[in-house]
Amino acid sequence: MTEPRSSWPLYEVFVRSKRGLNHVHVGSLHAPDPEMALRNARDLYTRRNEGVSIWVVPASAVTASSPDEKDPFFAPAGDKVYRHPTFYSIPDDVPHL
Amino acid sequence: MSFDNAYEAISESNDEQHWAFGTGFDDPLSDVDKTILSDVDRADLATYCLMLGDDALILSQRLAEWCSRAPELEEDVALANIALDLLGQARMLLTRAGEVEGAGRDEDALAYLRDEPDFRNVRLVELDCGPGPGGDFATTIARLLVFATWRLALMTHLTNSRDPVLSAIAAKAVKELAYHRDHAAQWTLRLAGGTDYSRERMTVALATIWPHLPELFTPHPTELRLAAMDIAVNPATLKSEVDSVIGQVLTAAALDPPATPPPAPVTNRTGRDGAHTEAMPPLLAELQHLARSLPGATW
Repeated sequence: MTEPRSSWPLYEVFVRSKRGLNHVHVGSLHAPDPEMALRNARDLYTRRNEGVSIWVVPASAVTASSPDEKDPFFAPAGDKVYRHPTFYSIPDDVPHL
Repeated sequence: MSFDNAYEAISESNDEQHWAFGTGFDDPLSDVDKTILSDVDRADLATYCLMLGDDALILSQRLAEWCSRAPELEEDVALANIALDLLGQARMLLTRAGEVEGAGRDEDALAYLRDEPDFRNVRLVELDCGPGPGGDFATTIARLLVFATWRLALMTHLTNSRDPVLSAIAAKAVKELAYHRDHAAQWTLRLAGGTDYSRERMTVALATIWPHLPELFTPHPTELRLAAMDIAVNPATLKSEVDSVIGQVLTAAALDPPATPPPAPVTNRTGRDGAHTEAMPPLLAELQHLARSLPGATW
């Protein structure tokens, strides 16, 4: 196995769309520093009008849950139907709920 | 609406727009009056459109040579994006040149079927700055810094042109060129401030590019005639502005501007007259090969 070709650090990219919603994770990229990561993200992830705002975060700064912990982390929520607001009627003209 | 994937989220159609954000793409010339001003010499205007169009076309071809050859995948895409921006500018300008000329030549005929002496680009854009043996990434960045700074200044002034088509093309180009200049400036800073080796390569790159600066500010008689009528920009008027911007980048990078003399003019003619360097024929051969081998080919 040869050395990975890129010695640049990995950044995770978040893009906020024109609809004024949240920043959403779209992928990752390599860049020498955060400023260049922003520019690379502009070129790689907003080529087709997808975004109006970009965040880049060093991948090393992300603390992720482990697949091994899937059951204790997420399974207990599976049977708590009362946590979902399904008992209310939502007006048709309220978006993004 | 799904938020697992931005592209999924944005492509869900809750209206008639099939594409991510709707096509939403502006045709910069859609509402522009394409009538040629009655007091303008058509040959001059066509030549001027060729000059600006050829600058963009030839540098676009040079940048496209980096496809799959750039230091990193991310930079590969960045250079290709810049090349495509310039190709878009070239297409509008060559199309306009053909319309003004009125001889039935379209953008393809002008790009693929002209010979070297008919190309009016400044020689800076045709230089082989890599990825082959003629240069390297630093040389490409040095050239892009100079070119984008110069063309941004030019296009900014050209937005005031009395020719509505040139003005509209310039307005679109300004936004693109501001990014190109920024990209080149960012890399100039990083190469200069990286390692001793990267700094040395950047210093050599500037020395390679610098002799071609004076030509950028040397007005051609066509440019002077049109500038006097507020159609074109006299490039001589851009020098202090361009020097100042490049000076700021070099100062931030702690680089000295090279003191390399310009190349001797070819019997007093420049790229604007159709006099080119030895780098031009192989470039045109690659650019035009397919269109000339298979006339009228489509795909």
